[in-house]
Amino acid sequence: MRTYHELTNPDRSGLLDQILTQRRRVADRLAGVRRTIAVMSGKGGVGKSYVTAHLARALARAGQQVGILDADLNGPTIPRLLETPRAAHRTSDDGVEPAIGLDGVKCISMALLLEDGAPLAFKGPSAESFVWRGAMEASALREFLGDVNWGNLDTLLLDLPPGMQRYIELCDILGKPPAVLTVTIPTPESRDAVRRAMRAAVEQGSEIVGIVENMVGREFTGTAADDLAKEFDRPVVARIPWHPTADTWSALATRL
Amino acid sequence: MKFLCVDCDQQMAFGERELPGDGTLAATFKCPTCGRVVALLTNPMETQLVSSLGVVIGGKTVPAQPLETVRTMVATGRDDAFEDTARRPDGPTAAAWSSEAQERLGRVPNFVRGMVKKIYADYAKERGITEITPAIMDTARAELGLEGM
Repeated sequence: MRTYHELTNPDRSGLLDQILTQRRRVADRLAGVRRTIAVMSGKGGVGKSYVTAHLARALARAGQQVGILDADLNGPTIPRLLETPRAAHRTSDDGVEPAIGLDGVKCISMALLLEDGAPLAFKGPSAESFVWRGAMEASALREFLGDVNWGNLDTLLLDLPPGMQRYIELCDILGKPPAVLTVTIPTPESRDAVRRAMRAAVEQGSEIVGIVENMVGREFTGTAADDLAKEFDRPVVARIPWHPTADTWSALATRL
Repeated sequence: MKFLCVDCDQQMAFGERELPGDGTLAATFKCPTCGRVVALLTNPMETQLVSSLGVVIGGKTVPAQPLETVRTMVATGRDDAFEDTARRPDGPTAAAWSSEAQERLGRVPNFVRGMVKKIYADYAKERGITEITPAIMDTARAELGLEGM
């Protein structure tokens, strides 16, 4: 019996070609984006979204064209942080227009697409949904990258959820690892979790552009940022106090 | 994927795709030599897995719509999340919608309705169809592999 490669007529489904077309769509869309930075941490609750939103605003105030892709599909918070007005996304053959938040930061987020208070739920069989749900979320991430009219951006920030899964998906979708800005809090617990994430990012080939230490002072004590900086030979680009000012964020923006 | 008619040692040709609406999918393949037809049947989980990748068994014959997977597969989308604007204004060549087709379209959630309407309109226009009816919608849905629409 002949095998797949011995049958010379093309595969009508062309699933691989369809996947490659999806990748080209993303690459074409991001051709006008000068740099893409994933804001990530192996630890939840360290303020990734907070840092992302304020960094984006500071970059925008400095004259940059900035966008945020809220890649935390199940716990999206960027629109609230950017005070993005609730308005329908204008959609045409050319793509979907992003929302515009404070300081003109462009944004796409599942929070803008879901019913108020509703979780992200997909149509489909509920049994064994773990089999396909991850792929569905990766497709949503791909469409956020490839189908939103980002236009020409100086910086596109990707606000990732805790953990590494979304980062790995991102590397696959982009075809190359994005630059990474890591966020930690000072505690040793956070350091240990962020270390794993940074190690994975380095192994994937990402450039670590810096480490942000958030929630500095008060209850959280430790030297997480300094420890990670020394271990990975990367700079601590900001130490964010509990009540940062616009100058705090501007200083961070100038270091990136 | 390819199908081989073992008796004839011939690659079978894709025939048609059916989406019965229960989450399953059927795609037929025919041997060009002996005429034997076989059907590939997928269960809902298998169908879903393919849909989740944003690909279509049998090939994609229309360009992907913006956020197509999100709009067709998210069950908790806001009704007013999108405002669909046509790049080409509806002209005299645009197909009319029968009242039954309009009623059926009206049952599609707002979250995805604008996109679905455009896909059917483009399908009709490309084939010179002057009126979109539920039968045309069924044909288009199966032909284009529009699971969930």
